[in-house]
Formats: sequence, structure tokens, C-alpha cells
Amino acid sequence: MTLYRLRDTAVAYDGVPVLRIGALDFTAGALAAIAGPNGAGKSTLVGVMAGLRSGYTGSCRFEAKEIRDWPRRAFARRISVVPQNVNIEFPFTVEQVVLMGRTPYCDGLFESPLDHAAAARAIAITDCQPFRARDFRSLSGGERQRVVLAAALAQEPSVLLLDEPTTFLDPEHQLALFRILRGLARDGVLVIAVTHDLNLAAAFADRLILLKQGTVRADGPPAAVIAPAIMREVFAVEPHILQGPAGRPWIVYGE
Amino acid sequence: MTVRVKQVSGARVLKTAGVCLLIALACAVLLPLAGSAPVDFRRALAGQSPDAEILFYSRVPRLILAMLAGGALSTAGVLFQALLRDALATPYTLGISSGASLGAVIAIVFGLQQTGIWGAAFAGAAITLFVVAGVASQGRRLSSFTLLLAGITVNSIALALILVFFNLASVGQSFAITRWIIGAIEPVSYTTLAWLSVLVLAGAVYTFWHARDWNLLAVGEEWAAVRGLSPTRVILAGYLAGSLLTGAATALTGPVGFVGLIVPHALRMKLGADHRLLVPASFLLGAAFLAVCDTIARTALAPAEIPAGVVTSLLGGPFFIWMLRSRRRSLWL
Repeated sequence: MTLYRLRDTAVAYDGVPVLRIGALDFTAGALAAIAGPNGAGKSTLVGVMAGLRSGYTGSCRFEAKEIRDWPRRAFARRISVVPQNVNIEFPFTVEQVVLMGRTPYCDGLFESPLDHAAAARAIAITDCQPFRARDFRSLSGGERQRVVLAAALAQEPSVLLLDEPTTFLDPEHQLALFRILRGLARDGVLVIAVTHDLNLAAAFADRLILLKQGTVRADGPPAAVIAPAIMREVFAVEPHILQGPAGRPWIVYGE
Repeated sequence: MTVRVKQVSGARVLKTAGVCLLIALACAVLLPLAGSAPVDFRRALAGQSPDAEILFYSRVPRLILAMLAGGALSTAGVLFQALLRDALATPYTLGISSGASLGAVIAIVFGLQQTGIWGAAFAGAAITLFVVAGVASQGRRLSSFTLLLAGITVNSIALALILVFFNLASVGQSFAITRWIIGAIEPVSYTTLAWLSVLVLAGAVYTFWHARDWNLLAVGEEWAAVRGLSPTRVILAGYLAGSLLTGAATALTGPVGFVGLIVPHALRMKLGADHRLLVPASFLLGAAFLAVCDTIARTALAPAEIPAGVVTSLLGGPFFIWMLRSRRRSLWL
């Protein structure tokens, strides 16, 4: 089932175009990775799809309805977002931060047992249990990232959008995160992750989209997209493409 | 490993608010008995002079004003800190109190009496509110950042205008202006207190009822937006509620300092950051704190009085320094 349908979607900042998508569709139950050099428009694309950039032109429809026309609360029940970085000034505990993910479902002042159960599941999936009572500010960057992911999972979304989710994670938790994302995709969730790590994308994603200067330069299975000519054109680097685990491509950069 | 977490439930909020209410009630009952002139409670209840006049026309209305203003300023402090995501924000950061002060100063210079000064102060706060919101808006959008910039700018302009009028004032007016700007609690009529309590309770109840919104906004605007909130709507509503609380209180008392900073911070260290706990606790203990400070203000150098704003700063300042030094780790400053 097609969830997102983008047609001639464009964003400009101060008259400078930063995103120009001709046509792009996303279907349920897939893990799509979006990569590209700095300033390629990756975060802007995710921002448009998350409903955070309403000033786009063209069309960006979710479930056949223009994103800017969705009621915010209904949209938040379907789509959750993991930003690149979250800084909190005040002493919220990990559990309080995760429970904030239940906001679209809460009508009163307090969360229901269902909300607590959803938060507990998200905390267990992301391995946040050992520090669930701690002040969010006392956590390492990687632990914070897992808490933010838990808050997004507590939203029980049908689409999960992530902006460079592995930035602060150690290798063990990078792999753990992508295993979680792949599991969600198998359960029918559409997962779209912006990443700079093409090897992780190659190892886990069903689809790799490469952006450059706001436009889609390549889109397809990682094995097809990760080709020397495309890598040179998009990233301006000379790649050595090896065979990784499970026959997927493995890129080494260098002279 | 099982980790026990104290969740924020209705029962916990009731228990916390109950403890704070008991403290506030204890202050309300005991503090009017303190003062330079002894008061016989039974004589006062029997309407005998001068006990009845001292208790019911001086100390009790003054206590009620102190408690309403303390609760309002403390609640506004919590709210503005969340809206601006700035632990050092106060009810006065966004210029509302400077607007109120400017209104009051103009009224003093033009020779208006007490009611006129209150009215001018409230009008000054209201005008400032609309000016700041208008300057901060970008089309139909309002962000915490633009609100902060607009508030600080309007604050500076209002302070400069206050200095202009201060220089135009006579000696007597200069004294009245100085006393107003320091912040002082004076006895007022019960009718005035009734109006103030309607405004303050409306603002406080609204702030409590939307406590979950402030939790989300305290993390970030996009954080709130992807959870179904409209940041512009929430920021505007919070700004209006905080301005109502600040404007109503400062119109009658002047800008009493430190209440809106120190009470929320002390409570955050004890209760955490969840506004469902913080807002009622801040309201009740802010009320108790200003009532205690005002009692000290009228008794410490009796029969002379010092403005309550001086006491809050003298008590609050050292306490805040002690808190910073002893709890630096938990504050992460």
C-alpha cells in the first residue's frame, strides 16, 4: 500500500531551492535509507514528510491526503519522528520523556494503563530499562538517542522517520538500532532513515535513495544503487565496493 | 534489573498539592498573628477595636494579596521557563512587568491615585502583551525564540521610558515610583482582592490544565509538533496565561523579584520537571513564600517597614547561591 506520494515537491529557503523531488512513493512495510552529501536536502525531505515544513510547493500526500491538510493529532498517531539530537534543559526522567510519545492518544491530564504499557514495551525494545528512572540530561549521547527512539516507538506509528539516528551510537547499538528498524518494517511499519552510513544502509535497508543538491540521483535496492559511477557522481569519492555479509555491498573509501 | 520509577499519577499530584496546601494554610492562619502590635484573635472576631481593624483591614487583606501575587508570579515563572526553554526565565523576562511599571509610573507622574495607578499598570501590561506578541509573530507563526527577542527588546524600551518619566517626576513622585518598582505589598480592599483572585485563579487553573503541553514545549517546539500540538497555539496560549498572572499581580504589587525564579527551581530539584506536579506546587508554595517574606518585611524593622521585594531578594539571593553551589550537579549548570 502506498503511504507517501510526492509529486514535484520543492522547498526553497530565501529563494534558494534546497529540495526538488519529481516523483517519489513509499509503501508500507519497508526500510528505506536516504543518503547524500551534506546539504543534499535529506533532513528537509524528512521534515516535509513529518509535517514540519508546511511551506513546500507541489504535492506531498500521506494516505492520499496532502500533509498540510492532516489534523495534527491524527497525523501524530500515524507518524513519529526521531530527530538527530534532542537537548532537554529540565530534569525529566527517561520514563517521562518516553511517555510524552503517548500524547496523541491522551485526552486527560494523566496517561492510561494502555499508555504505560506502550511506553514499557518501547523501553524494553530500545534497552532503556536500566536507566528508565534517571534524569535524561545525565545520559550519554547514545543513551539519549535510544530514549528518543523509545518515545517515537511509544507513539505506535505506521511510519517512523529518523534523521541520522546512529550519530551518537556505538557499533553494538548501531546494529541493534537497525535490527529494530528492520523488525518494525517486517511488522508493516514504513521506516525511513536518513543516514551517512552506507554500509549500514546496504546491510539492512530494502531501498536506498541518494540525494544530491535537493534531487534524487539514485533510487532502488542498495545492491543496485551502490555502484562506482553513482558513488563518484553523488559523493565525489572513489569507492571500493566489496562483498559484505549476506552478499550485500560493502564500501571502503580511499585512494 | 527492575527499576522502580515514581510515576506522575493523579494520586501523586493530589498528595503533593495536599502537602503544599497545608503549608500555605498554616502560613495563612499563623502569619497574620505576627506583627508589631499584638492582636487578640477573639477580640478581633468580636469586632472590637483596634484588634478587628488591624487583623481584617490590614493584615488579612495584605496576606491575601501576598499569597495571590506569590502564587501568580511563581506559576508564571514555571510557565515562562517552559515556554522559553530557559531555566533562568522569570515572569519579567518578556516585558510584561516593565509594561505594568511604565503604566504605573505614568499614572504616578500624572498624579493619579491608587486605583488609577493599578488600572494604568494593568493597562500597561496588556498593551505590552499585544506589542510583544505582534512583534514576535512571523505571519501566523510564533516561536519561543522570536518571543524572547521581542520581549527583551520591549522590556528595554519600557525601562528606558520609565527612566525618562522618573527624571520628570517631583521628589515625592520619585519616592512613590521607587517604592513601586521595588515591589511592595500594601493592604487593599476585599473587592480588589476578589477581582485579583478571579484573574489569578483563572490563569493558574488554565496553566495546570495544560501542564502536559508545557512538558512537551519544554523539550522543544518540533518535539511538541510531531506529537500533535500546534506550537504557535500553545506558545500563544501560554504567553497569554503567564501575562495574565504576571500583569494582574504586578499591577497591585509592583515587580516583586525572585519569587518566579527561586520557587520553581527549588521545587524542580525536589519534584522533577513534570508540570503536573510543578504547577500546583509552585502556586501554593509561591503563595506561602511571598506571605512569609511580606511578614518579615513588616515585622523585621517594626514599626518601620521594608518593601517585600527587598526581602524576597535578600532571602532569595543567598538561598539561590547556596542552591547553585550545593546542587550544581543536579542543576547541570
